[in-house]
Amino acid sequence: MTDPISKVKLGFTLNGAAVEIAPEAGERLSQSLRERLGRRDVKIGCDAGDCGACSVLIEGENHCACLVAAHQVQGLRVETLAGLVEREPITQGLMERFQDHGAAQCGICTPGMMVSATALLREEPAPSDTQIEDALGGVLCRCTGYRKIIDAVAGRAPRLDGRAEVGGAIRRLDGLAKVRGEERFGDDVAPQGTLELVVIRSPHARAGFEFGDLEAWAAATPGVVTVLTAADIPGENCFGVIPPFADQPVFAEGEARFRGEAVAAVVLTPEARRDFAQGDFPVTWQERPAVMGVAEAREEGAPQLHEGRAGNLMITGFVARGDAEAALGRAEVVVEGRFESGFVEHAYIEPEAGFAQMAGDKVEIHACTQAPVMDLEALEIILGMDRSRIRIVPTGVGGGFGSKLDISVQPFLALAALKTGQPVRIAYSRTESMQSTTKRHPSQIHLRIGADGEGRLCGFAFDGDFNTGAYASWGPTVANRVPVHASGPYQLGDYRAEARGIHTHCPPSGAFRGFGVPQAAIAQESLFDELAGKLGLDPLEFRIQNALRDGVPTVCGQVFGQGVGIGACLEALRPAWAELRAEAEAFNLDQAGPLRRGVGVAAGWYGCGNTSLPNPSTIRAGLRPDGQVVLHQGAMDIGQGANTVISQVFASALGLAADRLVLIGADTDVTPDAGKTSASRQTFVSGNAAKLCGAALRGEILRAMNAGEGAVLRFEAGAVLAEENGRQQRLDLAALPMDDLGYVMRAEETYDPPTKPLDENGQGEPYAQFGYAAHLAMVEVDTRLGTVRARKFVAAHDVGRAINPMLVEGQIEGGIAQGLGMALMEEYLPGRTENLHDYLIPTIGDIPPVQSLIIEVPDAHGPYGAKGLGEHVLIPTAPAILNAIAHATGVRMRSVPVTPSKLAAALKGDKNG
Amino acid sequence: MPDLSILSPDRLEDALLALQGGTMDILAGGTDFFPAGRAGPGRKPILDLSQIAALRGIARDGAGWRIGAMTRWSDIWRMDLPPAFAGLQAAAREVGSIQIQNSGTVAGNICNASPAADGMPPLLTLEAEVEIAAQGARRRVPLQEFVTGVRKIDLRPGEIVTALHLPELPEGAVGRFEKLGSRRYLVISISMVSALIGVTEGRISTARVAVGAASPVAQRLPALEAALTGVAAADLATFAFDDPAFYQPLSPIDDVRGSGAYRREAVAELCRRAILSACEGCGDD
Repeated sequence: MTDPISKVKLGFTLNGAAVEIAPEAGERLSQSLRERLGRRDVKIGCDAGDCGACSVLIEGENHCACLVAAHQVQGLRVETLAGLVEREPITQGLMERFQDHGAAQCGICTPGMMVSATALLREEPAPSDTQIEDALGGVLCRCTGYRKIIDAVAGRAPRLDGRAEVGGAIRRLDGLAKVRGEERFGDDVAPQGTLELVVIRSPHARAGFEFGDLEAWAAATPGVVTVLTAADIPGENCFGVIPPFADQPVFAEGEARFRGEAVAAVVLTPEARRDFAQGDFPVTWQERPAVMGVAEAREEGAPQLHEGRAGNLMITGFVARGDAEAALGRAEVVVEGRFESGFVEHAYIEPEAGFAQMAGDKVEIHACTQAPVMDLEALEIILGMDRSRIRIVPTGVGGGFGSKLDISVQPFLALAALKTGQPVRIAYSRTESMQSTTKRHPSQIHLRIGADGEGRLCGFAFDGDFNTGAYASWGPTVANRVPVHASGPYQLGDYRAEARGIHTHCPPSGAFRGFGVPQAAIAQESLFDELAGKLGLDPLEFRIQNALRDGVPTVCGQVFGQGVGIGACLEALRPAWAELRAEAEAFNLDQAGPLRRGVGVAAGWYGCGNTSLPNPSTIRAGLRPDGQVVLHQGAMDIGQGANTVISQVFASALGLAADRLVLIGADTDVTPDAGKTSASRQTFVSGNAAKLCGAALRGEILRAMNAGEGAVLRFEAGAVLAEENGRQQRLDLAALPMDDLGYVMRAEETYDPPTKPLDENGQGEPYAQFGYAAHLAMVEVDTRLGTVRARKFVAAHDVGRAINPMLVEGQIEGGIAQGLGMALMEEYLPGRTENLHDYLIPTIGDIPPVQSLIIEVPDAHGPYGAKGLGEHVLIPTAPAILNAIAHATGVRMRSVPVTPSKLAAALKGDKNG
Repeated sequence: MPDLSILSPDRLEDALLALQGGTMDILAGGTDFFPAGRAGPGRKPILDLSQIAALRGIARDGAGWRIGAMTRWSDIWRMDLPPAFAGLQAAAREVGSIQIQNSGTVAGNICNASPAADGMPPLLTLEAEVEIAAQGARRRVPLQEFVTGVRKIDLRPGEIVTALHLPELPEGAVGRFEKLGSRRYLVISISMVSALIGVTEGRISTARVAVGAASPVAQRLPALEAALTGVAAADLATFAFDDPAFYQPLSPIDDVRGSGAYRREAVAELCRRAILSACEGCGDD
């Protein structure tokens, strides 16, 4: 009989070195590697084998370390990314190629991808794309759309040009740490052994609750340090990203309003954490009747979620121009449809995580975030503390897409550190992340659109209900953005759009790439195809004919004299449109079997920056006596590439290669506010601030040297050289006085885009610029099984000026993958799809090749003409897919996701499928 | 205080002895064990079978075959096996992902008793028997009797599944597996079908068809099998696969992956594809 080996030393080889640990019985290998052996390059995304972020090689075979008991590797060889990049030439090659292709965006899935690719390439040095997909199919990525990962593994030629300035395709400046597994995300910064936090959450959509004797329970439970409830909040138990709508408690009081809402938190030792079950906590729940859909919530007598929001109506957004009804009345053709969509989960691979500690009387919060200064402002109110006593130190962000704009772990961590005086950490479980953080708003849209006999749009009436969940979050932004954008980038003189945000006992809906515009685009772009069909017009030409142009007012009456690029995007699609439509039709003629191909088109636009509200960015830079230029880059890089793009803009303005800059991130103690990473604003708004800042620093240097505007600067150790007309000057930096930040020269500039308020009819100037997009999708439908496989995308994006074309492509491919997920597979159902095997996002085998057509119609307000891009990439994808399905099958789907079950029912003519 | 121990014996006898001591939770490949929270709070002492080499591997066993309980899915698809295994091998490649296939075991898939277990339909068509050991006792149970319901199996305290036995494979038979899911990888099946088809002198001589995720436990389809037997391979294209009588053993439900009505129709189509493809495979000889 074997002796029990619990607590007995376990030995194995980790990255070539013998190690010994004494794990708990049943401890996951991922946990042992991260917390006992400091191998935090092993990432945890789901703890269920659903995401592959924790992939490691055991005896050369690829395994999810979260599904292996530490005891099972006794005597075996274990390799993680950090070891492979040191010792394995194959991985070292991948490291270079991942950077060359921009195959790591946020970087959280990168260890899993590279470990999986190493296992493949050891066995098959020249794999086919299918072999690559099979080998990497167990690792989810939410940022890249996978195509650049395939290119990197296959070793295709990258498109780099090495120009570290505006317009240059260069590697990400922050990419090396990502491919080495050294990027520190929210759960990677806390020291081993730090106290942990467990949040106690409502198991019901609506419930009253009562605590037992918490003090007695805490005292009697080994390892429990303290319990936090609403009573521990020194300031206000209330937060919200839009101050007039702030309504969300840190800890619910009296009643929980959604499944997963926090009511308390327990601070405990890591050992106690492992054995803690939610059922151990002394709380009793009284489940109460809940309203989950907008129709129920609007009914008379429905439970009301918030005082002062009668009928559960949070807000109505409204835009009207001309007379929509009169125009529809005189239109030659009118089409009408009702469309619906469900909750969509952001599903970044990094669940919310962080740690907090006291530094004197200051509380420091290290966590993943898209909006460090907004976090700080929220904590000022919750903690009732002056902001000088709060420091937000953003960690690496393993994907955000809108949800990490809202605070999540931050108040719990801050309260725990303040109450205990000790460092405290938390990483949400996947289920906790899905239950408690924001979602894309479910929508119910009714739309009518008319056209005259010549195919010109004639009347547009949009009415949408958006399920905003239990709390406001970014719901007001969605309600306001949708009516401004629901027209799409088209000429419409007679327009009316109303969007309502309605409370339910669902998780709060908030910001998700596009703020409601993708939902509206599904309705509008689907009906455009129907209109074109009724008029006998080609769908692409119909859009081109009606496309917004320079000098034509938008539905808000805003007139852009320049920079309207939708016509150019649509026109750029003409060759691919003709070719792919013909290819699909030929394919279908040849088919005896159930497969049918179709090609669809859709367009979109998106206003960059806040809607008619100020949203300044400030960028600071300094010149050190050693000749290094330091850029305080406060625009959070959540994978999209702000660290690189903002640097390229700054570098061009200053006259120094971007890869020579020293970057300092968005730490609120040392870097000014560059605003939130949201609203596709960073390239545009922070980019402008960076351009101004670069120019200001350059001006200061030139003045000090009495050099002219045209001088070429060279930064050397301890000196700056200026060359002009063959004459060279030298500025010795050591001789100059240093300021309080250690700089001999410094510049700080702010940019706030010019907008004008909207009147009661939504007329005004909501944005200083829009970006434009149009996608083609080719799909293949299995008409017997209802499955849809995307075969190809062609995506034209007007970015004004591509600051970094490689990163532009990365954004496009990643957005298309999210749009495909929304169209075909993603639906969050509280209580039912709270993990990554019931909630499906696209895998590497679901995303076909994407051809990006980068269109550059410069914008007068953009830095070097650049426009925002982050959200545009998602908007046309889903409607293009729906239009392609209709082209393939003749069936128009008006409810997403189009699951095989729903499509098969529709193909049979069953509307209830 | 719970007993926090974990045992990793390298001999089956030691494992069986350990099970006598009380209730232990058996850990095989871990791919269901950990997600189900069995290593979390309230866990039982763990009996890890991964070190018992004798439980892993595929070998001839008289006229039939023996698949060790701890054989990984990737062991199965990596091996060179007769065409009758092609359905099982195809299913092995569709289980989760390469990581799951490298960890997950055949017996674990069966013992987890999910209606959507990808291993069940092909093993049913291979007429697998489950070999079960207890201290001083061995027994064999046909697979369809071993899994008795959702998350329910015929395994008594003190017992361990040690292998699956396959009887002699029908001469020249070819296996196939068709999985239906909403995405390419890492997907729980909406439904899946496995077929094992043998053709003699142009007519179907062996027809075994099993369906998963359309009933609490995967099912063979005897009426369909009977109707197929004797059909000329050349006539299969016009065979009426959509006859509801064939699918009478199924009771598909509505869930997040699809409606019951959809599953019923999809299964008929999957059967058609699996059987036609297997039949074509028979022609390759």
